[in-house]
Amino acid sequence: MSSTETRLACKPADYKSDVNPIWCPGCGDYHVLMSFTRAFAQLGLPPERIAVISGIGCSSRIPAYTNCYGFHGVHGRSLALAAGLKVTRPDLTVVVASGDGDGYSIGGNHFIHACRRNIDMTYVVMDNRVYGMTKGQPSPTTEPDFDTALSPGGTGLSPFHPLVIALASGANFIARAFSGNPNETATMLVEAIKHPGFSFVEILSPCVTFRPDEKEWKNLVHPAPVNPTDDPARAARRIMTDDGFNVGILYRGNRRPYRPAFGVQTVDPSELEKEFEL
Amino acid sequence: MTETASLSIAIVGSGGAGALTAGNFLLEAAGTTGWHGLLTRTVGAQIRGGEAAALLRLANGPVECLADRLDLIIGIDWLNAQRFGAELETGPHSLVIGDPAGGEPPPSVAASGARVVDIPMKELAKAIPNGRPNMIALGIAGRLLGVGEEVISALLQKRLADKGQAAIESSRAAIKAGFAAAADIDLGLRLAAPQPHSMKRWLATGNEAVGLGAIRGGVRFAAAYPITPATEILEWLAPNLVKMGGALLQAEDELAAINMIIGASFGGTPALTATSGPGLSLMIEALGLATASEIPIVVIDVMRGGPSTGIPTKSEQADLNIAVYGFHGDAPHLVLAPQSVADCLFTTQWATYLAETLQVPTIVLSDQFVGQTLVTIDRPADVAFIGQRVKATDIVGAYKRYALAANDVSPMAIPGTSGGQYTADGLTHTERGTPTSSAKDHQAQLDKRLHKLDRFVYGDHWATIEGDGEIALITWGSLTGAAREAIDRAAADGVKVTLIAPRLLSPAQPERLAAALAGKRRVLVVEQTHGAQFHRYLRAHYDLPAAVRVLNRPGPLPIKPGEIHRAIMDWRQ
Repeated sequence: MSSTETRLACKPADYKSDVNPIWCPGCGDYHVLMSFTRAFAQLGLPPERIAVISGIGCSSRIPAYTNCYGFHGVHGRSLALAAGLKVTRPDLTVVVASGDGDGYSIGGNHFIHACRRNIDMTYVVMDNRVYGMTKGQPSPTTEPDFDTALSPGGTGLSPFHPLVIALASGANFIARAFSGNPNETATMLVEAIKHPGFSFVEILSPCVTFRPDEKEWKNLVHPAPVNPTDDPARAARRIMTDDGFNVGILYRGNRRPYRPAFGVQTVDPSELEKEFEL
Repeated sequence: MTETASLSIAIVGSGGAGALTAGNFLLEAAGTTGWHGLLTRTVGAQIRGGEAAALLRLANGPVECLADRLDLIIGIDWLNAQRFGAELETGPHSLVIGDPAGGEPPPSVAASGARVVDIPMKELAKAIPNGRPNMIALGIAGRLLGVGEEVISALLQKRLADKGQAAIESSRAAIKAGFAAAADIDLGLRLAAPQPHSMKRWLATGNEAVGLGAIRGGVRFAAAYPITPATEILEWLAPNLVKMGGALLQAEDELAAINMIIGASFGGTPALTATSGPGLSLMIEALGLATASEIPIVVIDVMRGGPSTGIPTKSEQADLNIAVYGFHGDAPHLVLAPQSVADCLFTTQWATYLAETLQVPTIVLSDQFVGQTLVTIDRPADVAFIGQRVKATDIVGAYKRYALAANDVSPMAIPGTSGGQYTADGLTHTERGTPTSSAKDHQAQLDKRLHKLDRFVYGDHWATIEGDGEIALITWGSLTGAAREAIDRAAADGVKVTLIAPRLLSPAQPERLAAALAGKRRVLVVEQTHGAQFHRYLRAHYDLPAAVRVLNRPGPLPIKPGEIHRAIMDWRQ
């Protein structure tokens, strides 16, 4: 970003659209939206140079609530859509917003390959451990004994561990945040956006409607006790052994981002047909 | 010796024996000599150890389809040939050359009364250091068809340069041995001298032509997930897009591929992916997203036998229904179909132009036959169809991405454009793009998407319409070539037939077809599906005369001119 652009917009309100968010009162996602606009303001990015890409679910409604370019696509495929955008528009800042159903279940395969591809973008998953928009079904991060209409008595399945998957798949930046601390989350998003390659930020964002128990999260989260590491083995040990409420930047890798050359034409189109000539 | 306008040849071997390589050399050598020709591959889905045959047709003028029967079969071995014996149609006039060490020709060949001659190709190859039986076969073919040894030799020098001079010399020695072994054999047919031509000529497959057409139309991004028989499009684009300043991303699956091109196009770059039936099935949801969010994209479906995994290496036209009707909701979009290898270039370029102009997803229904057939063609003319998207610039006030403009195509703001920020959405939305469930907005946006396609003037490219007869033959896609040849034969028998082949399948053009059908009393529909999908499509969208017959059958055996000719002659009585 150039220095002139930096001065263009710097208030969080400049990144908010005139569309009123429709989430349940008390939803953690309101705070995530606040963190987005604060992070964009801190970075001083012109709103038209940011693209917020999402899939389907409560969290995926966030693009239209920002004053950036946005894409509210189909369920689970936001990372693929964002990859096509970023490769052809490396000048844009691309932020992808998702939830635990959209990102870890239907979009699980894309999550793995986006980490592996390591394109320069930031992936934010608002994890509330439940499908909210369809009224309370278990997601891949739901506890095994969580009783729902679709899984009477609980699923009996171990939750998915997104941070471990991200690390194993090659994500270049891994952090956990809590929606209830929007300033801290904004700072983490700034770091994630600035870090080259694929940055993954899991935001614990309570669903007050279907998971009222998650209102307790504010008492459970605590800052990560040590600084981020660039050693995947150390990061893996920390992530696998923490209590799931360890908030902070947990891993900063130094893998080179994937950025195919784009926009440099070396031949005239008429050259391409020569191979066909008899 | 009888002179003929075209000769048909099969070179047969088990997978890995080099039958296809020999066929490619033979076609290119004949093309260099001035003849026209085509080569189709008939292979199993396995890489080695399966069956493989190169089916060639050489002619003194342009050809677009296989002949009814083979004049010459050269069997390097017959180990797996039984698996596709039905594709090796022979008759009493056919000559079959086989290696006694390679087993017996398929029973159907022997039963046809074809003349069988033994040449020990394996043994002849063994006598040459690093000699290969497929090059012996190439020499035999060259001798019998009248393709010069020096022409083949020069071609080997060009094509095998990276394998070293020793490899070239081995191949030359084998070719020479093939010519010598066939010196006393008489095919009984001689290919007529090439018609004079002044055009530059190309040797290309439909899949390659699709790639070039895409680039000429403005495509600069492709997402790729490999699938037979579409992979060659993506492999051709991979290096050539880079040369043009574009890029190709390999996707983790077809769901990702289609969404990647939507993302690229949202960012302002014309984008394409290529797939076959199974991949198209996976892409349908996101194609609906592109319709709703009005993002132009091009999807090439190189059709193969279906449903499910079907017959990956053989042709069929049975993806018509999913392409036209597969989307959920009311989702107008474009469906086009190329009619020959050369037309793959034009139709893809036109598809890109239309997609960009109308901000709509566009499906191009190619098939395995045109996709993988290697053909000599006159250099296709340059056409002016280059993608021109209407973009919003200098935006003042509240930007309405989905404004209900007079021609229903609303200017699109490209990310980076100040004041144009909007969220593209698959949810029903207002003119500004804000999600809504209002009946009024839903109706207005559905109308917009329908009318921008319905009211567009597509011009004469919408269909090929040739000749003036009382019978109209309506077909589509790669069958157009075989239909044209059948119509020529019928004309020689004194029966006039009009050929109608829509290139634009969706949206239908009822007024234009009605004009083409004016005065026709009988219609023959020709298509390669089991369920007569094209006939049902015609019935749904068009008024047909009372007398309609349908020639439809599934793949994998191609519908040949003789079969269509018989249907025309039967219909006449």
